[in-house]
Amino acid sequence: MNPTRRTEDLRVPAGLLIPAALGVAILVLPMAGLVVRAPWSDLPSILASDEVLTALRLSLVTATVATAAALACGVPIAWLLARTTLPGRSVLRGLVTVPLVLPPVVGGVALLMVFGRRGLVGGWLYDTFGISLPFTTEAVVLAQVFVAMPFLVVAVEGALRTADRRYDDVAATLGATSWTTFRRVTLPAVTPGVLAGAVLCWARALGEFGATVTFAGSFPGTTRTLPLEAYVAINSGDSDVAIVLSLLMIAVSVTILVGLRERWIGTA
Amino acid sequence: MTRARLALTVTVAALLTVACGGDDGDSAAAADPGEASQVPSGRVTVLAAASLTESFEHLADELQTTHPDLEIVYSFGSSSGLVEQLLSGAPADVLATADTTTMDEAVAGGVVDGEPRIFARNTLALAVPAGNPGNVTGLADLANEDLRVAICEPQVPCGGAAQRLLDAAGVTAAPDTLTTDVKEAASLVALGEADAALIYLTDAAAEGDAVETVDVPDAEDVVSDYPVAVLADAPNPEGARAVVDAITGEPGRVILGEAGFLEP
Repeated sequence: MNPTRRTEDLRVPAGLLIPAALGVAILVLPMAGLVVRAPWSDLPSILASDEVLTALRLSLVTATVATAAALACGVPIAWLLARTTLPGRSVLRGLVTVPLVLPPVVGGVALLMVFGRRGLVGGWLYDTFGISLPFTTEAVVLAQVFVAMPFLVVAVEGALRTADRRYDDVAATLGATSWTTFRRVTLPAVTPGVLAGAVLCWARALGEFGATVTFAGSFPGTTRTLPLEAYVAINSGDSDVAIVLSLLMIAVSVTILVGLRERWIGTA
Repeated sequence: MTRARLALTVTVAALLTVACGGDDGDSAAAADPGEASQVPSGRVTVLAAASLTESFEHLADELQTTHPDLEIVYSFGSSSGLVEQLLSGAPADVLATADTTTMDEAVAGGVVDGEPRIFARNTLALAVPAGNPGNVTGLADLANEDLRVAICEPQVPCGGAAQRLLDAAGVTAAPDTLTTDVKEAASLVALGEADAALIYLTDAAAEGDAVETVDVPDAEDVVSDYPVAVLADAPNPEGARAVVDAITGEPGRVILGEAGFLEP
């Protein structure tokens, strides 16, 4: 707006500009490269192929179920972290956010050790009920919840911390139980934060690879989601399919980020 | 200043990794052609089929005594994935695949120098966890929906070989997971998560006591040939030739034989 301020903004020191340009190149070039290498003429037939459609359907279903599960468990976790004075809260926060920085394949190994047929919990499930999780669609969902729920918890906890608590206090003085207050006052106030968290969680679940391939395996229609299909394609020498799948996932990610942008800028 | 330099180092490192592509790009990027051209020395990057993991690592240890100046860096993976990396320009010196189909693709892509040489052969085994909890008795059990079965992806060599073996036996398998390399399938059996898997005999042997094999009649009829070649753009051709000579020569023959590979 202000002309003097604008000229000031233009004077960017080379020490900042060059590394920034390099950084942008590192982030953007790979995606641009995919667009350049994309087999545009075969794109419709590849997108409409059975493998791609099967993987897409599986990805959409599992990511959505995983997000629903993450909402059901993640919102209460966020509430405990933001609104209570539970002892060991910081330890709990640390524990539930570990998957944010953990390599997903480590999560997959851990899930296999616990829920595998010879695992701590999985062994009992198998011996008692004959249930074996690895190589099932349920295992894909579990892997996605493990990796993506922390995104939701962090987003919702942030929203709960910035929300005005006086409304909750008023509800309590008017005689509402804590459960009613949560449902009727707290939750509606943080709905935008919950939605943003759910979208981030869904996007992360959709892109989940490492934990899924390690814990759930890879079989078309049951466990082979879009990222796994792309990995199989590149390892089978089918780079065209891998490129098309990558473009598809980039398109989804960009759409989500653009949709969330306003919110991010608003809270920045 | 220090912080700026650190940032730059990190960026450059990241760029190099990106430029090379692939998981082991950073090691390949630093490939040193070696100063001396007489005595093979320096770093040799070998892309090799996953089933060669133990044998080739053993071979590298052996070469340490005869060629102390050579530093062998391996990248193990599915043969077709490795060829795909090469065709995308991954810098490497030697390629060893688990079948001739994938090597032929590399030859057709112009990344191979000279004629590939077959250095070993392998057969498949029906592998089960120790104690055989699924009571697997033969190939026909792989069609059992109730058993957890792991087979390699059909486009990778071990999957192609598995398909030939199943076809010959007239069995339509009902796999629960398709792995992109044979070691993944071997691990699932060793962990007891899969009741049965078709893996190479050598991989079953490499898993030791955790894995048993079930006799499959005519398994020896489906043989996979393992070719090796020096690569056209090898940063270290002398080192590459020394490694290929070791693989195809006496040290390779002994080590591969111990692992259960057949002689070509």
